[in-house]
Amino acid sequence: MTEASSKIAAAGEPMEMLLNMGPQHPSTHGVFRMVLQVDGEKILDSEPHIGYLHRGSEKLCEGEQYHQVITLFDRMDYIANFNNEMVYCMAVEKLMGLTVPERAEYVRVILCELNRIASHLLFVATMGLDAGAMTPSMICFRGRERVQALFEAVSGARMMHNYFRVGGIKEDLPENFGEMVGELLPLLRADVEESDKLLTFNEIFLARLKNVGAISTEDALDYGFTGPCLRACGVDYDLRKAQPYSVYDRFEFDVPVGLDGDCWDRHYVRVQEMYESLKIVEQALEQMAEGNIASSLGRRLIRPPKGEVYVRAENPRGELGVYLVSDGTDKPYRLKVRPPSFCNLSAIRHLLRNTWIADSVVILGSLDIVLGEVDR
Amino acid sequence: MLNSLKGLWVTFVSTVNGLRDPVTREYPSTGTLWKRNKRPTPVQDRFMGFPALTWDGEVEEPFCTSCMVCIRQCPTQCMSATMIDNPAHQEGRSSRRKIVESFEINLNRCILCGICVEVCNFDAIVMSHEHEMSTYQRNGDRVDLPALLDIGKKFQQETEWVPPTVLAKQRAAKEAGQEEVAQDGPANEEPAAAADSADG
Repeated sequence: MTEASSKIAAAGEPMEMLLNMGPQHPSTHGVFRMVLQVDGEKILDSEPHIGYLHRGSEKLCEGEQYHQVITLFDRMDYIANFNNEMVYCMAVEKLMGLTVPERAEYVRVILCELNRIASHLLFVATMGLDAGAMTPSMICFRGRERVQALFEAVSGARMMHNYFRVGGIKEDLPENFGEMVGELLPLLRADVEESDKLLTFNEIFLARLKNVGAISTEDALDYGFTGPCLRACGVDYDLRKAQPYSVYDRFEFDVPVGLDGDCWDRHYVRVQEMYESLKIVEQALEQMAEGNIASSLGRRLIRPPKGEVYVRAENPRGELGVYLVSDGTDKPYRLKVRPPSFCNLSAIRHLLRNTWIADSVVILGSLDIVLGEVDR
Repeated sequence: MLNSLKGLWVTFVSTVNGLRDPVTREYPSTGTLWKRNKRPTPVQDRFMGFPALTWDGEVEEPFCTSCMVCIRQCPTQCMSATMIDNPAHQEGRSSRRKIVESFEINLNRCILCGICVEVCNFDAIVMSHEHEMSTYQRNGDRVDLPALLDIGKKFQQETEWVPPTVLAKQRAAKEAGQEEVAQDGPANEEPAAAADSADG
């Protein structure tokens, strides 16, 4: 009789063991490893291990010229590329005191909001998959594909766009952009509605997600939650409203909030946000006028004055902050990124305590992490 | 129970829709399961594939003068080039004093950002629509000048490419209400002066 089986024989005694989840696990949405200390199916404690996708982006930024850094930001949160580019461009613009032409701001907002929808569609797809629903993911990916086809027509790439520039955008929208978006928006709304109808109030889905992985508002604030994860706890905090940047103060939209801060609320808030984003895109298309798309900066090398700046914006995953220090040369002296995924992920140990192994998958999925951003 | 039936109904509708109009495509061939089409996957007009060099059909030489702007601006340092005096210029056929002798792009390193195209003063480099270029050798994607020009020529033919500076001149002429201004290509500009201004 081995030691382990003798332990089992002693009935009633708790037996703890370590369970490795990841790094190659489909539910981790990347390369992320959790060591779970389990007693049967119950998770007593967990230890997250990150860094499998570490590329040293922040250090790499110090070696690239200002306009080359945009390509690195594309690759941080690779689900929401436009939003990432925008924060970096805003940081350099603030440092240089540049004003962006209005048309460029509108183009940026339209693309960012479409990217937010694409990102949330991916979330709904993977959330469904994590909870065991296959069909919504197909519908969501169909919608996402449509958005990406539009992105390809605008920027020339489906994901790594490199389209925003310091002081504007790379080139004007294609001539048939209005028609393309006009075609896209009803289809996209239909896709969002279809996946919403199929998944959100589904009985099985509710049973899997409701009251799972709940976090109190105080804990959420303490852990530095931002974005949909924080709003799911009932905190009405959206940087687009709280500290409007770009031209966000000109649109009418609501900030959806949840009640309990559990997995289902995080899902629900994101679904509602997609409708709000659609509203913003429609309004922006109405308000957008012809005009310049880039500041007078042109293609010259950028040398911002000495100084430091912190700029933040509301990304699909939360608040992305960029702390930029310039020493007056053509390369950043230091660039620190405050990634929303990383801060949201920091609560995983707290969230997983005293839950079941099967729930750990949906809890991790509901945080909607992107490992490219967590590890940088 | 009602919820499950609702879910099943949406699934059913999606299935029927899916049978009517498949969203997914066969790759690399396009078309449906029943009707195969062996053309390469269609891309959008602005699609950024691998970079290629353009060919000036008027003077029968590349647009590239090897001014090294793209090489210095490349975020991944994937290119290299050398420059020689242009023999055609000495004969008076070409306005380019210098011309590219060799050019190599390591497409494995290239991240398709399009910065090289943006900074080029001579319309010499384009993001072609080529994207299916995987090879079996580790260095199989190191592309030299003739290969780059071949890709470029193919791209120019397929898209009826007009140099962007010519396009810009045409647009400016249209706005000014004038015509027949955009006859002069970018080749007539002074290469050295333009290269200096690019560095800022």
